[in-house]
Amino acid sequence: MSVTLLIEQLINGLQLGTMLFLMASGLTLVFGVMGLINLAHGSFYMVGAYATAVVSAASGSFLLGLAAGVIAAAATGALVELIVIRRLYHRPHLDQVLATFALILIFSEGTRWLFGSSPLWLNPPEWLNGFATLPGGARYPIYRLVIIGVGIAVAIALYVVISRTRLGMRIRAGESDREMIGALGVNIAKLYTLVFAMGAALAGLAGAMVGALQSVQVGMGEPVLILAFVVIVIGGIGSIKGALFGAILVGVVDTLGRVYLPALFNNFMPASEATAIGAALAAMLIYILMAVILAFKPKGLFAAHD
Amino acid sequence: MTNLDSSSTAEPGVAQHRARWHDRKGLVQIALLAGLLLVPIGLHLLGHVYYVNLASKVTLIAMAAVGLNLAIGYGGMVSFGHAAYFGLGGYVAGISAYHAFDATALITWPVSIPGSDNMLVIWLAAIVLCGLLALAIGAISLRTTGVYFIMITLAFAQMVYYFANSWPSYGGEDGLPIYLRNGLPGLDTNDALTFFLISFAGLVLAMAITSRLMKSRFGAALTMARLNDTRLATAGINPYPIRLAAFVISAMITGLAGALYADLNGFVSPSMLSWHFSGELMVIVILGGVGRLYGPLAGAVLFVMMETLLGGLTEYWQLFLGLLLLVVVLFAKHGVMGWLAGREHDE
Repeated sequence: MSVTLLIEQLINGLQLGTMLFLMASGLTLVFGVMGLINLAHGSFYMVGAYATAVVSAASGSFLLGLAAGVIAAAATGALVELIVIRRLYHRPHLDQVLATFALILIFSEGTRWLFGSSPLWLNPPEWLNGFATLPGGARYPIYRLVIIGVGIAVAIALYVVISRTRLGMRIRAGESDREMIGALGVNIAKLYTLVFAMGAALAGLAGAMVGALQSVQVGMGEPVLILAFVVIVIGGIGSIKGALFGAILVGVVDTLGRVYLPALFNNFMPASEATAIGAALAAMLIYILMAVILAFKPKGLFAAHD
Repeated sequence: MTNLDSSSTAEPGVAQHRARWHDRKGLVQIALLAGLLLVPIGLHLLGHVYYVNLASKVTLIAMAAVGLNLAIGYGGMVSFGHAAYFGLGGYVAGISAYHAFDATALITWPVSIPGSDNMLVIWLAAIVLCGLLALAIGAISLRTTGVYFIMITLAFAQMVYYFANSWPSYGGEDGLPIYLRNGLPGLDTNDALTFFLISFAGLVLAMAITSRLMKSRFGAALTMARLNDTRLATAGINPYPIRLAAFVISAMITGLAGALYADLNGFVSPSMLSWHFSGELMVIVILGGVGRLYGPLAGAVLFVMMETLLGGLTEYWQLFLGLLLLVVVLFAKHGVMGWLAGREHDE
């Protein structure tokens, strides 16, 4: 267990964490402000990745593709909010789960219909193809470091928007008292559409950036969506700070677990069994973490709501 | 609503709305159940084995949904993780058959237990193990409510899913075939009709248990826990153990259906544990009509028929399922049974 490996894996964990934060912040914002549970959030992640892949391939520019991905995701989000989601705000959570589950089916099968089942290829731009040398001597892809940078920049921007701007004030007001800000003359319907589109844009951004590392395919948003659920449950649903903390925690614990658990079991059992048990346990690790946290704090670490 | 003293077993409204065989609801229910029983028998006589197996599939999915309906419909616990119990039941059947086929021990420590291909043993094991898993998951999840409960049950089911996926001994993500269908003493379970009748008996038993349970004091307490748990607590009954017990029974029913489902397909894989299946089970409960005894049956018939008919026309049939589901959720809240048989008294 060298220090070099540890540093490399910590940064891997951080990268997963920042991507999870982009997903989780949108989910938690939508729940905090509108009280809506949205399973179709992973579909915006997928829309962002597909739009980026298509536009990048056509124009040859990754940045143009990225912009297209974010805009496509935001537009899809706004459209979905206008047509379906706004009918669900006053419905029980069961209805919200089912309607957004229906949206997943529609988006996944629709995308499969349009683009086929085989994955699209999306490569990181060439000017980000190099490697950086980490403290300890390991070589690390620059693109992954850039992802972390973008994630941190978004987190800071989100903080500034929510705590320093008029829009952020309205969002916070919406979280604490919906009826009151309506009575004060804020156009709630517009605010809701805006918040929903904003969350979708962040998910699209995450999908586009991760799509360049992995493949762009139907269903790519679902594993991330479920991890994002774990994140916001750990962090406390509705809390951006909780989402940030939970995302980093889940990203680092998951990454380190997958590397170190098999090695740990190797110390006192045969190699083949150790790999099997270690891998199986590592896959369960963040859920165990979630169960332990919930056993002590049923509302998550930074509960924002009752 | 009457107070929950020891002599009252159910609210008075229930008795007035109980289905009689000759009213609309009673007729629809009898038609559904008789149709499910008689159509496969007729098709068997005509020699269509495929349709008999399809009927077994409908029956077992309906049974799994009956289990989920007890949690969602009667208990108000929106579990998004019932695939965990369905899959665990399936894996019990698969793993036990695997060891019986290999003549190896299922567990060597602390005592050696051989595998078994006797369905009675497998069913018992599936029910007990699913009950224990649900007890652990429910004990933690039921400390929370609302969205938290939905997400936590989902997350726990994912945990089981990833465990099965990465545990290589029993096939990992490739799944585990059941080479010889498990047997039942005195019956030929390989006969499609016999297997269908076993499944049908399971479904009827599950529905009878649900019905009996909901007419008991326990059922009255569970209904009250859904409608107003403060009021239940005021009557001197702690809602938590009531909910937990209902959750465990619900998981046992779904798990038993899973054990039979694995035998029907001769195969068990992590896809039985996937969150998509949890979602589909919820869809079936809602399509049929939530909190209605015959709802899961109506939902399962509709779902499997759509899968078979639409799936034959287009490989993108889930797109249309999504659209239908959206319309049902947004505009037709009472499901197929609400539409066929009229509204339930407490809606």
